[in-house]
Amino acid sequence: MAEVEETLKRIQAHKGVIGTIVVNAEGIPIRTTLDNSTTVQYAGLLHQLTMKAKSTVRDIDPQNDLTFLRIRSKKHEIMVAPDKEYLLIVIQNPCE
Amino acid sequence: MFADAAVAGAGLQSLWRGEQGARCEAVRGCQTGAIATAEAAAQSHSHQDAGMQTDPSEEKVQVLDLPQAGPVDYPGLLSFLQRVEEVVIKELHKNWRSHAFDGFEVNWTDQNETVSCLHTLSYPEAQEQKLQVTSVSWNTTGSVIACSYGRLDDGDWSTEKSYVCTWNLDRRGLDPKHPDLVVEIPSSVMCLAFHPLQPSLIAGGLYSGEVLLWDTSRIEDPLVWRTGMTDDSHTDPIYQVGWLQDSKHSRVFHALSVSTDGKILVWQEEKEGQLKLAEGFALVAQQIPRGTKLKKHTPSAVGATSLSFSHFDPSVFIVGVEGGYSLKCSTAVDTIALLPIPGPSIPLKAPAVFAFSPHGGPVYCVSCSPFHRNLFLSCGTDGHVHLHSMLQAQPLISLQLSKKYLFSVCWSPVRPLVFAAATGEGEVQLFDFGKSAQKPTISIKQTSNQSPVYCLEFNSKQTQLLAAGDANGVVKIWQLSSDFSEQGPREMSHLDQLANEVTD
Repeated sequence: MAEVEETLKRIQAHKGVIGTIVVNAEGIPIRTTLDNSTTVQYAGLLHQLTMKAKSTVRDIDPQNDLTFLRIRSKKHEIMVAPDKEYLLIVIQNPCE
Repeated sequence: MFADAAVAGAGLQSLWRGEQGARCEAVRGCQTGAIATAEAAAQSHSHQDAGMQTDPSEEKVQVLDLPQAGPVDYPGLLSFLQRVEEVVIKELHKNWRSHAFDGFEVNWTDQNETVSCLHTLSYPEAQEQKLQVTSVSWNTTGSVIACSYGRLDDGDWSTEKSYVCTWNLDRRGLDPKHPDLVVEIPSSVMCLAFHPLQPSLIAGGLYSGEVLLWDTSRIEDPLVWRTGMTDDSHTDPIYQVGWLQDSKHSRVFHALSVSTDGKILVWQEEKEGQLKLAEGFALVAQQIPRGTKLKKHTPSAVGATSLSFSHFDPSVFIVGVEGGYSLKCSTAVDTIALLPIPGPSIPLKAPAVFAFSPHGGPVYCVSCSPFHRNLFLSCGTDGHVHLHSMLQAQPLISLQLSKKYLFSVCWSPVRPLVFAAATGEGEVQLFDFGKSAQKPTISIKQTSNQSPVYCLEFNSKQTQLLAAGDANGVVKIWQLSSDFSEQGPREMSHLDQLANEVTD
């Protein structure tokens, strides 16, 4: 239990990290460092996008699979680490 | 030999009925075995009663500092996190140091390279009277522009009527010479402001010191509330009206008026269309910190010309005064203002907490940055714009943008580094700190005869639009180029840098 929190803390402590969210297979956030409404929005939308990206990769080559997703926007960089059961979403401000 | 004979018929009786009846006559019987029953009785041989009650304990219950129960543990979560932690941290690290996207800009929409005039709006009757546009305001949806006609050049009482006009720019068949709504007002209108939430409500301030509220959806009789001329109302022209958020209800706003009689009054809607004084502030020279130049022995009012609320702290606002300096004020003060003439029905408060170093002439406009809690701009008759930090008296930057007066200055609602200024030479100047810290990026000629531009306002919904009103009685809607309406990368850090250049 504590180890889960510690791992999230380590990620959150990284430079420029704005928020960390863990989402389960249904797209429901189970851990977050952001406020409620932002979390729900990020979780729902990124879960959908990750599923779409995953099926795209698999449709192109059935032997292949999505391992990581990075989205660069004007303001942030959003990173998604997907897995069978969970998604880890990290939002970072890349401006130095 | 042959003879007729009648033979009698032979009768045979049917047998099948009898047979069937005989077949069914078998008798069958059945019986269940006898059910065994037994009877028994039970009874307890003794019973007991007991009662109990707790008494409220006299001792204080000690609250234990139990650790808060952690969130539910999910199977596999830990192993998942351990699996992805390394890769995520590696990417975060890489990302933080990466310069791959520096200077990379994607343009999804068509770039607008030039600033162009979309509409030239005017009300011919007001122009015939040679009235000037004293104020413009966009409504909350960003589609309606309102302007007030009046006079800023002669400070004389007049009975000349003036107008408030509105145009809906999204309406099909917009006629620039024919406003959707014209309200006639018996005195010169100095300023107006749309309600921040209700799209049809406008507050206006008159030369006579009266505050009016109009509802543009009531075409027959738009006037819904007025202060009237009472002991509470202003004794000088109102230079700015605004809306103050209620401290308890975030969706309730009260009209606010700023006048050169030194009073800032907040009005509350009452029955029968009457506005009642709800709260008030008064600027008195004696109560202004560091206002050494203005000190006199008798209390005297300091005329306020403009006001701007902080976008970060609703209790903080900046006031520009006729004396040429700006004041940092707070609504949360308790000091009572020492008024030279006791007038209003409720005691007015003295809001000033800090005075900034002065301009060379009266301040006409102040504007708080929507992106930084400490930055604000002020401009005035000396033709200078001062960029101030609320933390120090000296301006961070002082820019001369005009040889004549500067009437209005306004931060862009989308670009943290951009502001616009209205000059006495008839130009609207757009200034981008990202491009140059010395001279305006673009200077738009609003009037051909060099008559001054009095007011301007950015549209916060359609961010490429800027409205400006001038002394010729014309409101021009400018469409800004994309570099003025889209936030670029690293602008916020640049703004932070500007704000931190505190000189000692």
